[in-house]
Amino acid sequence: MQLTDKHREYWSRNLNLTAVLLAIWFVVTFVVIWFAKELNDIVIAGFPFAFYMGAQGALIIYVVVIWFYAKRMNQLDKDYGVYEGEE
Amino acid sequence: MAATTSNAAFFNQLKKYYSFYTGGFVAFVIILAILEQMGLPPKWIGYIFLFATIALYAGIGIMSKTADVAEYYVAGRRVPALFNGMATGADWMSAASFIGMAGTLYAAGYDGLAFVMGWTGGYVLVALFLAPYLRKFGQFTIPDFLGARYGGHLPRTIGVLAAIICSFVYVVAQIYGVGLITSRFTGLEFGIGVYAGLLGILVCSFLGGMRAVTWTQVAQYIILIVAYMIPVVWLSVSITGNPIPQISYGQALQDVTAKEKELNDPTTTLGAAELTVRAIHKEKAAEWGDKLKALDAAVAAGNGAAFWAEQKAKAEAKLAEAKAAVPLDEKAVKAAQKAVDDFPKNIDKLKAKWKGSEKGAKDKSGNVPGHATAFSGKGAEKKLMKEAKEKGVEPTPEEIAKAKAEDVKASNDKRNNFIALVLCLMVGTASLPHILMRYYTTPSVREARQSVFWSLFFIFLLYFTAPALAVLAKYVVYHDLVGSSFASLPAWVANWQAVDDTLMKIVDMNKDGLIQLAEITIGGDLIVLATPEIAGLPYVISGLVAAGGLAAALSTADGLLLTIANALSHDVYYKMIDPNASTVRRLTISKMLLLVVAVVAAYTASLKPGDILFLVGAAFSLAASAFFPALVMGVFWKRANYLGAVIGMIAGLAVCMYYMFITYDFFGGVDANQWFAIKPIAAGVFGLPAGFLGVIIGSLLSPAPAKEIQELVDHVRYPSLEGDIETRAA
Repeated sequence: MQLTDKHREYWSRNLNLTAVLLAIWFVVTFVVIWFAKELNDIVIAGFPFAFYMGAQGALIIYVVVIWFYAKRMNQLDKDYGVYEGEE
Repeated sequence: MAATTSNAAFFNQLKKYYSFYTGGFVAFVIILAILEQMGLPPKWIGYIFLFATIALYAGIGIMSKTADVAEYYVAGRRVPALFNGMATGADWMSAASFIGMAGTLYAAGYDGLAFVMGWTGGYVLVALFLAPYLRKFGQFTIPDFLGARYGGHLPRTIGVLAAIICSFVYVVAQIYGVGLITSRFTGLEFGIGVYAGLLGILVCSFLGGMRAVTWTQVAQYIILIVAYMIPVVWLSVSITGNPIPQISYGQALQDVTAKEKELNDPTTTLGAAELTVRAIHKEKAAEWGDKLKALDAAVAAGNGAAFWAEQKAKAEAKLAEAKAAVPLDEKAVKAAQKAVDDFPKNIDKLKAKWKGSEKGAKDKSGNVPGHATAFSGKGAEKKLMKEAKEKGVEPTPEEIAKAKAEDVKASNDKRNNFIALVLCLMVGTASLPHILMRYYTTPSVREARQSVFWSLFFIFLLYFTAPALAVLAKYVVYHDLVGSSFASLPAWVANWQAVDDTLMKIVDMNKDGLIQLAEITIGGDLIVLATPEIAGLPYVISGLVAAGGLAAALSTADGLLLTIANALSHDVYYKMIDPNASTVRRLTISKMLLLVVAVVAAYTASLKPGDILFLVGAAFSLAASAFFPALVMGVFWKRANYLGAVIGMIAGLAVCMYYMFITYDFFGGVDANQWFAIKPIAAGVFGLPAGFLGVIIGSLLSPAPAKEIQELVDHVRYPSLEGDIETRAA
């Protein structure tokens, strides 16, 4: 089994995507918690911002992040020829 | 191509089955509702729900019985992403999520959101770091991966041990939950409820292993989500007129916040009344404080045992007195009897109980914390100003600065603990073997990725509803209870007070005939259990909620039991003791172990071990410290090797356990030992870096892994490679 440059590129694009999505995860979780007291002064539609993020906003973003990862990676598999045929 | 059509056909068939099933279930609930109108007593509705759902699960379990190894361990690897998502959702959401979550949020407000974020955000880690790679590897258990990636028996053995420790504490908590629900809704005794629930668990998993568990879990998910949603939507409509609680509760939250301000303002009528009750709580807290001082003094003098015996004798004397009273007050006798029955078993437990009472009284003697307020300080500055004003003196700038610093520290400690807990819960989610195992069951890597999305989506439906339910329930309490008269208590309050006074208790402490917030005690589980009644729904919906809670507990227990039994039968017996064992023998051993583990877990649960919530939290920290570094580095760092994995896993587990040991009072630890004021439940925050460091240092100290191992890493990284090696187990 020999990896080609194309394979290496696939893997590095996977790593980049993983890093970007992980950064989003980190910001909506930990950065928002860190500044929760300050962010709670912003009130939108009755919801203090940090409270809303913890209760719902972050959750919605998690779902979207995972959805996007699945979609993007499944496309990358095809683009780089590492797509699994149906078994 | 033939396989494509067969997979698609299978998917369509499943869709048909489960749509039919959902329709049938709804019809069943409607028929029961009609029967209730015609006079079927509530107790019968409870029984019918309990037995009908367990019979249903048993039916699916029997239909899915199998003698094939791949079917038994990984459901034949043909569970479509959507259905694997539902099964994972049911596997994941335990009795604690279903019944306890909204109550935690009700009590803790923002600070309780650590659980909501932690138990959902972990799936991002599952998706990015684990699920697709484990699926490509494609064997049966998590220790399988450790064994193949790092070689030798040691990494596998540590993996097995860690998997058993985390899953066992977790499964005991689930069976405990099953016992509680069964006993509450049928009136059976708790111990019998535990074993009845055990039967319900075993009928699913015993005959068909993962295959049966998967298809029952899908059925259980449908019941639990329907049961959770109906009452909340109804409540939302009746309060705000909007059927989408996740949107409408913003309005209710504003109202609740305004009410909190009013209750904390002594110049308003409500605020002034609250103040009188708080003063009573303050006195009570002082009384408990004095009692605790006496207890400590006795212990210091070496008379702990005598002191305990004296207190116990007092409780018994009270019971005798109540029994002899004329006229006989049955309520008082019952209460005194309970006090004697539940009397703490030793002096340490007595101290813990008194401490709890002191804290309860103290909490109620202060202002109402804001629901959406994050990390409130301890109010030292306010207290200082108030006391100074009463004495008529001006506090010095130093005093003010000191009080301010205290507040800031308390607030920062809360924030740090929140962050640590969220991290432990998230990484723990991505390390618990019973969840990771589910991603072995999809037909392909592609579907494994999609399946994580569906998993979180289905979990999300419940978790983003819980904060809304908590606020809506608070709205009801603030509006319908606070300020109203004791003479006109709503029916649901009286009902629940009669059922269990740890769930709902209102006492007119200041004897003004009106209800104050500080006079209400609400147990966390009440919020979900009582929502149908609060919303004015018929009893059949209460039965439905109980069935939902039962489904949540049973499904999680099933997944956990299977994990433990598989770790023992597959990893220990087949991989280490007898690799030549026949298929029949492997499955027989597996089923026997399942039975043994189930009985041991049920027995442990029937002893009602205390601190069960702590143990569940501890399972996450332990799993995070033991598994996450070795699993993730195994995929993302080719250089990671045998020594690194062994050192990393042992270091992670050891640091995590050591920290719990020195800080958690159950093991004799004390708060003073805490590092950075982090609570023992978040011990993983120290175990996790220790694990990563261990993997890195151990790997760098020893030679790079063999070429075959490096090829294995490439193999799991690419869904398909030319000339690829094969690691899948048949």
